[in-house]
Amino acid sequence: MKIAISATGPSIDDQVDARLGRARVFIIVETDTMEFNAIENPNINAGGGAGIQSAQMLAQKDVKVILTGNCGPNAFQVFGAAGVQVIVGVSGIIREAVEQYKNGAFSQASQHNVASHSGMGGGGGMGRGGGMGKGRR
Amino acid sequence: MNIAIASGKGGTGKTTISTNLAFTLARQGKSVQLLDCDVEEPNCHIFLKPQIQFSGPVNVLLPKVLDERCNGCGVCARVCEYSAIVVVKDKVLVFPELCHGCGGCSLFCPQEAIVEIQRIVGTVETGSSGAVRFIQGLLNIGELMSPAVIHVVKKAAGQSDIIIIDSPPGTSCPVIASVKDADFVLLVTEPTPFGLNDLKLAVEMVRRLMIPFAVAINRFDIGDDEVQRYCKEEDIDVVLQIPDDRRIAEAYSRGELIIDALDEYKGLFEESWDSIVNLGLHNLKSESA
Repeated sequence: MKIAISATGPSIDDQVDARLGRARVFIIVETDTMEFNAIENPNINAGGGAGIQSAQMLAQKDVKVILTGNCGPNAFQVFGAAGVQVIVGVSGIIREAVEQYKNGAFSQASQHNVASHSGMGGGGGMGRGGGMGKGRR
Repeated sequence: MNIAIASGKGGTGKTTISTNLAFTLARQGKSVQLLDCDVEEPNCHIFLKPQIQFSGPVNVLLPKVLDERCNGCGVCARVCEYSAIVVVKDKVLVFPELCHGCGGCSLFCPQEAIVEIQRIVGTVETGSSGAVRFIQGLLNIGELMSPAVIHVVKKAAGQSDIIIIDSPPGTSCPVIASVKDADFVLLVTEPTPFGLNDLKLAVEMVRRLMIPFAVAINRFDIGDDEVQRYCKEEDIDVVLQIPDDRRIAEAYSRGELIIDALDEYKGLFEESWDSIVNLGLHNLKSESA
Protein backbone atom coordinates (compact mmCIF):
# COMPACT_ATOMS: atom_id res chain seq x y z
CA MET A 1 0.00 0.00 0.00
CA LYS A 2 1.22 3.49 -0.76
CA ILE A 3 1.55 5.96 2.07
CA ALA A 4 2.98 9.50 2.10
CA ILE A 5 5.11 11.24 4.72
CA SER A 6 6.04 14.92 4.98
CA ALA A 7 9.83 14.96 5.05
CA THR A 8 12.76 17.27 5.71
CA GLY A 9 14.93 15.42 3.20
CA PRO A 10 14.70 12.99 0.25
CA SER A 11 15.67 9.80 2.07
CA ILE A 12 13.70 7.35 4.18
CA ASP A 13 16.34 7.92 6.86
CA ASP A 14 15.60 11.64 7.08
CA GLN A 15 13.34 13.23 9.68
CA VAL A 16 9.60 13.69 9.38
CA ASP A 17 8.73 17.33 8.60
CA ALA A 18 6.23 18.68 11.12
CA ARG A 19 4.70 20.83 8.41
CA LEU A 20 2.41 19.56 5.69
CA GLY A 21 1.65 22.34 3.23
CA ARG A 22 5.20 23.70 3.21
CA ALA A 23 7.12 20.50 3.94
CA ARG A 24 10.37 20.40 2.00
CA VAL A 25 9.76 17.00 0.47
CA PHE A 26 7.09 14.31 0.36
CA ILE A 27 8.21 10.71 0.50
CA ILE A 28 5.90 8.06 -0.90
CA VAL A 29 6.54 4.59 0.47
CA GLU A 30 5.22 1.27 -0.77
CA THR A 31 4.76 -0.37 2.65
CA ASP A 32 5.01 -3.94 1.33
CA THR A 33 8.49 -3.47 -0.13
CA MET A 34 9.67 -0.29 1.65
CA GLU A 35 10.55 1.09 -1.76
CA PHE A 36 10.20 4.83 -1.78
CA ASN A 37 10.48 7.92 -3.92
CA ALA A 38 10.82 11.56 -2.94
CA ILE A 39 8.94 14.51 -4.42
CA GLU A 40 10.16 18.08 -3.91
CA ASN A 41 7.25 20.15 -2.64
CA PRO A 42 6.38 22.80 -5.28
CA ASN A 43 4.18 24.72 -2.82
CA ILE A 44 6.82 25.90 -0.34
CA ASN A 45 6.69 29.46 -1.57
CA ALA A 46 3.03 29.62 -2.49
CA GLY A 47 1.40 32.85 -1.33
CA GLY A 48 -1.56 30.89 -0.03
CA GLY A 49 -3.35 27.56 -0.34
CA ALA A 50 -0.15 25.55 0.23
CA GLY A 51 -1.95 22.94 2.33
CA ILE A 52 -4.73 22.59 -0.22
CA GLN A 53 -2.32 22.22 -3.14
CA SER A 54 -0.07 19.74 -1.32
CA ALA A 55 -3.03 17.62 -0.25
CA GLN A 56 -4.40 17.61 -3.75
CA MET A 57 -1.04 16.58 -5.19
CA LEU A 58 -0.76 13.65 -2.78
CA ALA A 59 -4.35 12.59 -3.43
CA GLN A 60 -3.53 12.41 -7.13
CA LYS A 61 -0.61 10.06 -6.35
CA ASP A 62 -3.10 7.51 -4.99
CA VAL A 63 -1.71 7.39 -1.48
CA LYS A 64 -4.01 5.89 1.13
CA VAL A 65 -2.52 7.53 4.23
CA ILE A 66 -0.52 10.68 5.05
CA LEU A 67 1.78 10.76 8.08
CA THR A 68 2.74 14.25 9.23
CA GLY A 69 3.28 16.50 12.24
CA ASN A 70 0.51 19.02 11.80
CA CYS A 71 -2.42 19.29 9.41
CA GLY A 72 -4.62 22.38 9.07
CA PRO A 73 -8.36 22.43 8.35
CA ASN A 74 -8.16 23.14 4.61
CA ALA A 75 -5.70 20.34 3.82
CA PHE A 76 -7.72 18.05 6.12
CA GLN A 77 -10.84 18.78 4.14
CA VAL A 78 -9.09 17.95 0.85
CA PHE A 79 -7.76 14.66 2.21
CA GLY A 80 -11.23 13.81 3.49
CA ALA A 81 -12.80 14.37 0.08
CA ALA A 82 -10.08 12.21 -1.47
CA GLY A 83 -10.48 9.40 1.06
CA VAL A 84 -6.92 9.73 2.36
CA GLN A 85 -6.42 8.91 6.05
CA VAL A 86 -4.60 11.62 8.00
CA ILE A 87 -2.27 10.77 10.87
CA VAL A 88 -0.83 13.73 12.81
CA GLY A 89 1.67 14.05 15.62
CA VAL A 90 4.27 11.96 13.80
CA SER A 91 7.95 12.80 14.22
CA GLY A 92 11.40 11.23 14.09
CA ILE A 93 13.08 9.13 11.40
CA ILE A 94 10.79 8.33 8.49
CA ARG A 95 11.74 4.65 8.29
CA GLU A 96 10.82 4.24 11.99
CA ALA A 97 7.53 6.09 11.51
CA VAL A 98 6.57 3.79 8.65
CA GLU A 99 7.39 0.70 10.75
CA GLN A 100 5.27 2.07 13.59
CA TYR A 101 2.43 2.63 11.16
CA LYS A 102 2.72 -0.94 9.91
CA ASN A 103 2.57 -2.16 13.51
CA GLY A 104 -0.71 -0.35 13.97
CA ALA A 105 0.68 2.13 16.51
CA PHE A 106 -1.11 5.16 15.08
CA SER A 107 -4.76 6.10 15.05
CA GLN A 108 -6.43 8.10 12.35
CA ALA A 109 -7.03 11.79 13.02
CA SER A 110 -10.70 12.74 13.17
CA GLN A 111 -10.01 16.41 12.53
CA HIS A 112 -7.24 18.90 11.83
CA ASN A 113 -4.90 19.49 14.74
CA VAL A 114 -3.77 23.06 14.04
CA ALA A 115 -5.81 26.15 13.32
CA SER A 116 -6.16 27.73 9.94
CA HIS A 117 -2.95 29.51 9.03
CA SER A 118 -3.52 30.44 5.47
CA GLY A 119 -1.39 32.86 3.58
CA MET A 120 2.17 33.99 3.78
CA GLY A 121 4.03 37.21 3.53
CA GLY A 122 2.50 40.62 3.14
CA GLY A 123 3.88 42.03 6.34
CA GLY A 124 0.47 43.22 7.38
CA GLY A 125 0.17 44.68 10.83
CA MET A 126 3.66 45.91 11.46
CA GLY A 127 4.15 46.78 15.08
CA ARG A 128 1.00 45.12 16.27
CA GLY A 129 0.01 41.57 17.12
CA GLY A 130 -2.67 41.30 14.46
CA GLY A 131 -0.30 40.79 11.54
CA MET A 132 -1.57 38.20 9.21
CA GLY A 133 -0.60 37.08 5.74
CA LYS A 134 -3.25 37.87 3.16
CA GLY A 135 -2.82 34.77 1.06
CA ARG A 136 -2.22 36.57 -2.16
CA ARG A 137 0.37 35.43 -4.61
CA MET B 1 -6.87 66.84 -2.38
CA ASN B 2 -6.86 63.20 -1.44
CA ILE B 3 -4.22 62.50 1.24
CA ALA B 4 -3.38 59.14 2.80
CA ILE B 5 -1.76 58.97 6.22
CA ALA B 6 0.36 55.82 6.25
CA SER B 7 3.40 54.42 8.00
CA GLY B 8 5.73 51.50 8.04
CA LYS B 9 5.77 50.71 11.70
CA GLY B 10 2.48 50.52 13.53
CA GLY B 11 1.63 52.72 16.46
CA THR B 12 3.55 55.74 15.18
CA GLY B 13 0.64 58.19 15.26
CA LYS B 14 -1.34 57.89 12.01
CA THR B 15 -4.73 58.18 13.68
CA THR B 16 -3.49 61.01 15.90
CA ILE B 17 -2.44 62.96 12.85
CA SER B 18 -5.44 61.99 10.69
CA THR B 19 -7.98 63.09 13.26
CA ASN B 20 -6.23 66.29 14.31
CA LEU B 21 -5.57 67.29 10.72
CA ALA B 22 -9.21 66.60 9.76
CA PHE B 23 -10.58 68.92 12.43
CA THR B 24 -7.90 71.57 11.88
CA LEU B 25 -8.94 71.85 8.24
CA ALA B 26 -12.70 71.58 8.86
CA ARG B 27 -12.44 74.46 11.33
CA GLN B 28 -10.75 76.52 8.65
CA GLY B 29 -13.97 76.16 6.69
CA LYS B 30 -12.86 73.46 4.25
CA SER B 31 -15.11 70.51 3.52
CA VAL B 32 -13.39 67.45 4.93
CA GLN B 33 -14.06 63.72 4.85
CA LEU B 34 -12.13 61.35 7.08
CA LEU B 35 -11.99 57.72 5.95
CA ASP B 36 -10.89 55.09 8.46
CA CYS B 37 -9.42 52.40 6.21
CA ASP B 38 -7.75 50.45 8.99
CA VAL B 39 -10.65 48.02 8.71
CA GLU B 40 -9.12 45.32 10.90
CA GLU B 41 -9.15 47.71 13.84
CA PRO B 42 -10.59 51.14 13.06
CA ASN B 43 -10.00 53.60 15.87
CA CYS B 44 -10.74 57.09 14.53
CA HIS B 45 -14.21 56.80 16.03
CA ILE B 46 -12.67 56.93 19.52
CA PHE B 47 -11.68 60.54 18.92
CA LEU B 48 -14.57 61.55 16.70
CA LYS B 49 -17.42 59.99 18.65
CA PRO B 50 -19.37 60.24 15.41
CA GLN B 51 -23.10 60.27 14.75
CA ILE B 52 -23.52 57.26 12.49
CA GLN B 53 -26.20 57.87 9.86
CA PHE B 54 -25.80 54.78 7.72
CA SER B 55 -24.58 51.26 8.28
CA GLY B 56 -24.45 48.58 5.61
CA PRO B 57 -22.89 45.21 4.82
CA VAL B 58 -19.83 44.71 2.63
CA ASN B 59 -20.23 41.68 0.40
CA VAL B 60 -17.87 39.65 -1.71
CA LEU B 61 -18.95 37.15 -4.30
CA LEU B 62 -18.47 33.46 -3.65
CA PRO B 63 -18.86 30.57 -6.12
CA LYS B 64 -21.66 28.06 -5.64
CA VAL B 65 -21.51 24.88 -7.67
CA LEU B 66 -24.67 23.44 -9.20
CA ASP B 67 -23.98 19.74 -8.63
CA GLU B 68 -26.35 18.52 -11.28
CA ARG B 69 -24.38 20.38 -13.96
CA CYS B 70 -20.86 19.73 -12.68
CA ASN B 71 -18.87 16.97 -14.35
CA GLY B 72 -15.69 17.34 -12.30
CA CYS B 73 -13.61 18.65 -15.22
CA GLY B 74 -11.48 20.84 -12.94
CA VAL B 75 -11.30 23.95 -15.17
CA CYS B 76 -12.45 26.11 -12.25
CA ALA B 77 -9.54 24.88 -10.11
CA ARG B 78 -7.05 25.59 -12.87
CA VAL B 79 -8.39 29.13 -13.28
CA CYS B 80 -8.30 29.96 -9.57
CA GLU B 81 -5.14 31.78 -8.49
CA TYR B 82 -5.89 31.37 -4.81
CA SER B 83 -6.70 27.66 -4.34
CA ALA B 84 -10.15 28.73 -3.24
CA ILE B 85 -11.85 26.14 -5.44
CA VAL B 86 -10.41 22.67 -5.98
CA VAL B 87 -11.65 19.44 -7.47
CA VAL B 88 -10.82 16.26 -5.57
CA LYS B 89 -12.04 12.92 -6.95
CA ASP B 90 -14.82 14.68 -8.86
CA LYS B 91 -15.92 16.58 -5.74
CA VAL B 92 -15.70 20.36 -5.83
CA LEU B 93 -14.49 22.00 -2.63
CA VAL B 94 -14.78 25.77 -2.06
CA PHE B 95 -12.69 27.57 0.57
CA PRO B 96 -14.58 30.86 1.16
CA GLU B 97 -11.90 32.69 3.13
CA LEU B 98 -9.39 32.27 0.29
CA CYS B 99 -11.80 33.43 -2.42
CA HIS B 100 -11.10 36.89 -3.80
CA GLY B 101 -14.43 37.08 -5.63
CA CYS B 102 -12.81 37.52 -9.05
CA GLY B 103 -15.53 35.47 -10.80
CA GLY B 104 -12.99 33.56 -12.92
CA CYS B 105 -14.23 30.08 -12.02
CA SER B 106 -17.81 30.96 -12.89
CA LEU B 107 -16.80 32.64 -16.11
CA PHE B 108 -14.74 29.75 -17.43
CA CYS B 109 -16.84 26.79 -16.31
CA PRO B 110 -17.63 24.89 -19.53
CA GLN B 111 -20.80 23.41 -18.01
CA GLU B 112 -22.02 26.78 -16.67
CA ALA B 113 -22.26 24.99 -13.34
CA ILE B 114 -21.02 27.83 -11.12
CA VAL B 115 -23.13 30.73 -9.93
CA GLU B 116 -21.97 33.49 -7.61
CA ILE B 117 -23.61 34.26 -4.31
CA GLN B 118 -23.00 37.12 -1.90
CA ARG B 119 -21.08 36.65 1.29
CA ILE B 120 -20.81 39.29 4.02
CA VAL B 121 -17.24 40.06 5.08
CA GLY B 122 -17.68 43.33 6.95
CA THR B 123 -19.59 46.55 7.42
CA VAL B 124 -19.31 50.13 6.26
CA GLU B 125 -20.65 53.09 8.24
CA THR B 126 -21.01 56.74 7.37
CA GLY B 127 -21.78 59.68 9.58
CA SER B 128 -20.28 62.87 10.90
CA SER B 129 -18.59 64.47 13.85
CA GLY B 130 -18.96 68.22 14.00
CA ALA B 131 -17.95 69.57 10.61
CA VAL B 132 -16.06 66.42 9.62
CA ARG B 133 -17.81 63.82 7.50
CA PHE B 134 -16.77 60.33 8.48
CA ILE B 135 -16.68 56.88 6.88
CA GLN B 136 -15.33 53.75 8.49
CA GLY B 137 -15.09 50.10 7.52
CA LEU B 138 -14.88 47.07 9.76
CA LEU B 139 -13.71 43.66 8.60
CA ASN B 140 -15.51 40.79 10.33
CA ILE B 141 -13.43 38.64 12.68
CA GLY B 142 -11.99 35.60 10.89
CA GLU B 143 -12.09 37.25 7.45
CA LEU B 144 -9.00 38.03 5.38
CA MET B 145 -10.34 40.30 2.61
CA SER B 146 -9.51 43.77 3.96
CA PRO B 147 -9.21 45.29 0.48
CA ALA B 148 -12.86 44.47 -0.27
CA VAL B 149 -14.00 46.56 2.71
CA ILE B 150 -11.47 49.31 2.02
CA HIS B 151 -12.71 49.69 -1.55
CA VAL B 152 -16.27 50.13 -0.33
CA VAL B 153 -15.16 52.78 2.20
CA LYS B 154 -13.39 54.72 -0.52
CA LYS B 155 -16.33 54.40 -2.91
CA ALA B 156 -18.67 55.73 -0.23
CA ALA B 157 -16.79 59.03 -0.15
CA GLY B 158 -18.47 61.84 -2.01
CA GLN B 159 -16.94 65.11 -3.09
CA SER B 160 -15.16 67.39 -0.68
CA ASP B 161 -12.20 69.78 -0.64
CA ILE B 162 -10.15 67.29 1.29
CA ILE B 163 -10.30 63.55 1.87
CA ILE B 164 -8.05 62.17 4.58
CA ILE B 165 -7.44 58.42 4.58
CA ASP B 166 -6.30 56.83 7.82
CA SER B 167 -4.47 53.76 6.49
CA PRO B 168 -3.50 50.52 8.20
CA PRO B 169 0.20 50.15 9.14
CA GLY B 170 2.72 48.31 7.00
CA THR B 171 3.09 47.86 3.26
CA SER B 172 0.83 44.94 2.36
CA CYS B 173 -2.40 44.56 0.38
CA PRO B 174 -4.68 46.54 2.73
CA VAL B 175 -2.22 49.44 2.73
CA ILE B 176 -1.91 49.48 -1.04
CA ALA B 177 -5.71 49.42 -1.34
CA SER B 178 -5.94 52.43 1.00
CA VAL B 179 -3.12 54.48 -0.46
CA LYS B 180 -3.53 53.82 -4.16
CA ASP B 181 -4.95 56.80 -6.11
CA ALA B 182 -4.13 59.27 -3.32
CA ASP B 183 -2.68 62.62 -4.45
CA PHE B 184 -0.25 62.64 -1.54
CA VAL B 185 0.95 60.32 1.21
CA LEU B 186 2.15 61.41 4.63
CA LEU B 187 4.37 58.76 6.19
CA VAL B 188 4.38 58.84 9.98
CA THR B 189 7.39 57.53 11.84
CA GLU B 190 9.24 57.71 15.13
CA PRO B 191 12.99 58.31 15.58
CA THR B 192 13.94 54.75 16.56
CA PRO B 193 15.69 51.87 14.73
CA PHE B 194 12.37 50.09 14.13
CA GLY B 195 10.75 53.33 13.03
CA LEU B 196 13.53 53.92 10.51
CA ASN B 197 13.62 50.35 9.25
CA ASP B 198 9.90 50.30 8.53
CA LEU B 199 9.91 53.84 7.16
CA LYS B 200 12.37 52.74 4.49
CA LEU B 201 10.01 49.95 3.44
CA ALA B 202 7.10 52.39 3.29
CA VAL B 203 9.15 54.86 1.24
CA GLU B 204 9.96 52.10 -1.21
CA MET B 205 6.25 51.33 -1.47
CA VAL B 206 5.18 54.93 -2.15
CA ARG B 207 7.96 55.43 -4.67
CA ARG B 208 6.84 52.29 -6.48
CA LEU B 209 3.30 53.68 -6.53
CA MET B 210 4.74 57.01 -7.74
CA ILE B 211 2.78 59.14 -5.30
CA PRO B 212 4.36 62.32 -3.90
CA PHE B 213 5.01 62.01 -0.19
CA ALA B 214 6.52 63.56 2.90
CA VAL B 215 7.35 62.41 6.40
CA ALA B 216 5.98 63.26 9.83
CA ILE B 217 8.10 62.43 12.86
CA ASN B 218 6.15 61.78 16.03
CA ARG B 219 7.83 62.06 19.43
CA PHE B 220 10.77 63.51 17.53
CA ASP B 221 12.86 64.24 20.64
CA ILE B 222 13.17 60.63 21.82
CA GLY B 223 15.54 58.19 20.15
CA ASP B 224 18.26 59.16 17.71
CA ASP B 225 18.65 61.35 14.63
CA GLU B 226 18.95 58.54 12.09
CA VAL B 227 15.50 59.18 10.67
CA GLN B 228 16.36 62.86 10.13
CA ARG B 229 19.64 61.84 8.51
CA TYR B 230 17.90 59.35 6.24
CA CYS B 231 15.32 61.90 5.12
CA LYS B 232 18.05 64.42 4.34
CA GLU B 233 20.05 61.87 2.33
CA GLU B 234 16.98 60.81 0.41
CA ASP B 235 15.79 64.37 -0.16
CA ILE B 236 12.54 63.67 1.68
CA ASP B 237 10.69 66.58 3.26
CA VAL B 238 9.77 66.40 6.93
CA VAL B 239 6.59 68.47 7.19
CA LEU B 240 5.54 67.78 10.77
CA GLN B 241 7.36 67.04 13.99
CA ILE B 242 5.46 66.38 17.18
CA PRO B 243 7.37 66.41 20.47
CA ASP B 244 7.20 63.71 23.09
CA ASP B 245 4.81 65.61 25.34
CA ARG B 246 3.24 63.52 28.10
CA ARG B 247 0.16 65.75 27.99
CA ILE B 248 -0.44 64.58 24.40
CA ALA B 249 -0.46 60.96 25.58
CA GLU B 250 -2.82 61.90 28.41
CA ALA B 251 -5.23 63.62 26.02
CA TYR B 252 -5.02 60.63 23.65
CA SER B 253 -5.80 58.23 26.45
CA ARG B 254 -8.92 60.25 27.20
CA GLY B 255 -9.98 60.09 23.54
CA GLU B 256 -9.41 63.82 23.07
CA LEU B 257 -7.99 65.62 20.07
CA ILE B 258 -4.61 67.25 20.75
CA ILE B 259 -5.80 70.52 19.24
CA ASP B 260 -8.69 70.67 21.70
CA ALA B 261 -6.75 69.63 24.79
CA LEU B 262 -3.64 71.68 24.09
CA ASP B 263 -4.18 74.98 22.28
CA GLU B 264 -0.51 75.48 21.52
CA TYR B 265 -0.46 72.57 19.02
CA LYS B 266 -3.07 74.07 16.70
CA GLY B 267 -0.41 75.95 14.78
CA LEU B 268 1.68 72.83 14.28
CA PHE B 269 -1.02 71.09 12.28
CA GLU B 270 -1.96 74.25 10.37
CA GLU B 271 1.64 74.79 9.29
CA SER B 272 2.15 71.17 8.32
CA TRP B 273 -0.82 71.42 6.00
CA ASP B 274 0.62 74.53 4.35
CA SER B 275 3.87 72.61 3.77
CA ILE B 276 2.00 69.68 2.27
CA VAL B 277 0.02 71.93 -0.07
CA ASN B 278 3.20 73.66 -1.21
CA LEU B 279 4.84 70.32 -1.93
CA GLY B 280 1.77 69.17 -3.79
CA LEU B 281 1.72 72.30 -5.94
CA HIS B 282 5.46 72.04 -6.53
CA ASN B 283 4.98 68.48 -7.63
CA LEU B 284 2.25 69.46 -10.11
CA LYS B 285 4.49 72.16 -11.55
CA SER B 286 7.47 69.85 -12.03
CA GLU B 287 5.24 67.23 -13.62
CA SER B 288 3.92 69.61 -16.24
CA ALA B 289 7.36 71.15 -16.85
